[in-house]
Amino acid sequence: MSLQVLTYIVVGLSFVLYIGIAIWSRAHNTGDFYIAGKGVSPIANGMATAADWMSAASFISMAGLIAFLGYDGSVYLMGWTGGYVLLALLLAPYLRKFGKFTVPEFIAERYYSRTARIVAVICLIFISFTYVAGQMRGVGIVFSRFLEVDVTVGLLIGMGVVFVYAVLGGMKGITYTQVAQYCVLIFAYTVPAIFIAIQITANPIPQLAFGSEIAGTGTALLDKLDDIVTALGFTQYTSGTKSRIDVFCITLALMVGTAGLPHVIVRFFTVPKVRDARVSAGYALFFIAILYTTAPAVGSMARYNLINTMQPGEIGAVDGNLLYEDRPDWFETWQQTGLVRYEDKNADGRIQYYNDANPEFAARAKDYGWQGNELSVDRDIMVLANPEIAGLPDWVIALVAAGGIAAALSTAAGLLLVISAAISHDLIKGIFLPSISERRELMAGRIAAAFAIMIAGYLGFDPPGWVAQVVAFAFGLAAASLFPVILLGIFFKRVNKQGAIAGMLTGLLFTYGYIEYFKGLFLKWAGAPWGDNVAEHWLFGISPEGIGVIGMALNFIVAIAVSYSTAPPPDRIQHMIEQIRVPRHLEDHHL
Amino acid sequence: MHLENRMAYWRANLRLVAACLCIWFVCSYGFGVLFVEQLNRIRIGGFQLGFWFAQQGSIYVFVALIFFYAWRMNRIDRKFDVHED
Repeated sequence: MSLQVLTYIVVGLSFVLYIGIAIWSRAHNTGDFYIAGKGVSPIANGMATAADWMSAASFISMAGLIAFLGYDGSVYLMGWTGGYVLLALLLAPYLRKFGKFTVPEFIAERYYSRTARIVAVICLIFISFTYVAGQMRGVGIVFSRFLEVDVTVGLLIGMGVVFVYAVLGGMKGITYTQVAQYCVLIFAYTVPAIFIAIQITANPIPQLAFGSEIAGTGTALLDKLDDIVTALGFTQYTSGTKSRIDVFCITLALMVGTAGLPHVIVRFFTVPKVRDARVSAGYALFFIAILYTTAPAVGSMARYNLINTMQPGEIGAVDGNLLYEDRPDWFETWQQTGLVRYEDKNADGRIQYYNDANPEFAARAKDYGWQGNELSVDRDIMVLANPEIAGLPDWVIALVAAGGIAAALSTAAGLLLVISAAISHDLIKGIFLPSISERRELMAGRIAAAFAIMIAGYLGFDPPGWVAQVVAFAFGLAAASLFPVILLGIFFKRVNKQGAIAGMLTGLLFTYGYIEYFKGLFLKWAGAPWGDNVAEHWLFGISPEGIGVIGMALNFIVAIAVSYSTAPPPDRIQHMIEQIRVPRHLEDHHL
Repeated sequence: MHLENRMAYWRANLRLVAACLCIWFVCSYGFGVLFVEQLNRIRIGGFQLGFWFAQQGSIYVFVALIFFYAWRMNRIDRKFDVHED
């Protein structure tokens, strides 16, 4: 059976599974549709959260990113996991006790304000659409690469599948589908990693292989990697080039952003009890950590494999570099996609792979007779090509395709659901038509989800040039706008409506303005970006990726200062805060 | 469920949260970012310790911290008689 037929079968079976689950668990009322009827066990919710959280970017791109960034890649590893600690300790249990459907709904009630609700809905929709556009694109790319269909056709199939289970099943359908998707994606990620770990270090556990000796040499993998990358003019693998304050701020912005992302927060509304919300965050992070601790191991081994393949002999020796005609099969396969490119600059028929942007290395390269780096490798293929590089059977390759699609679909579905809930519950029910019946609200939710899928699909077809850049913006925005007001809403009774609105707007506008200034988002027609995006020009040396931290600090300061200069929140709000702070329901006379 | 009891419960909660967040901060920002070079002089197997914290250790600590918090919080809930059902 050919690889392609096998891939069709594996991916097709996974779709049958997802749709079957969606039909079995379809939503009957708005409670099912928005929060799965609060009936999801903490472990199932943990798996669903993990699948929801780990997107096409985590599955496909992250290990490759780390392979080329080395230590600097740690910002993503810590940043995208540490936020769960903040969620579990500071937000999830209290929002679960609050016990409603959406994040803007909490902000509306805690700050007794429709304006605050609208501001929150705007933040939410912007953050979620940014994300979902990237996911739909990911679905299209995986389809086109593995099933050899057009990106557009791939995108349409992906939209169709998400449509069935998100519109039909709502949160309940999505949750159980995500459990299945988690199993598919984690299996697809770890199996190739284990095989590669055995090949390189003879240790089957990637997390340990990462710190082991390369089989038969007595040299540790990371030491060897440091030696060979520096010998080729690259930055040492275990140290980085980013400034310390920038690493600090990017990590913090990603962590706080994670805790402020509406599609992550809302997952904790689906469990039966407050104590389930706490422990469910632990399960979620445990399931996420399986992938996130494997990724850096995969990254380092992939980098080692790549260099070792291109530079089998001594660096600088004439026959030290691989002959182009001896290149391995996977090299040829990926060359056809354009993601691996080779150009024989010094016409010696061999592949020279080194850092030609390093001026200190230029003299040595010249001595060797090298005339520039001849190989470019798209970092996204590191995970996708791994099974081929390791020579694994075809069914593993098919499984990796299914895993990549599962990662993209599960995240897209979760995002689409929070968008539809924000429209049907926060805007239609909450602001425009408070008297709408539950049946009609459910219908509105389904229609909103259908529209959201179409817009997301459109963004995936025709991504505005900025999709990749705005990921940083989505995190920065979540960190600077939603997180501080939710946190203050629980822990600081004195913060009032005026403070929250002023804080959210300050954080939002500052962060947006800084990113627009240095990277350009919506105002490209007006000449943005205006600033030169280099460290000397940044505020305190903080890059636009990390600036959400300053936005967050401003939000806190403004919210507290404005609150103290205006009237305190009314008594019923004080009572509501007392109520969400304890797990058990308190009777009114106790408050 | 008197006011003093509730306030004591809240203080116990805040103490636990503060302690956990200190560990959270030290293991990621402390060991993995601010003092990474000093720690890199210590080796554990094939790892430099600072690098290990940045790419592995901090994540393990995060997972353990959440389970620890959930377990302690359940005990505090019972002690102050504010647990569910």
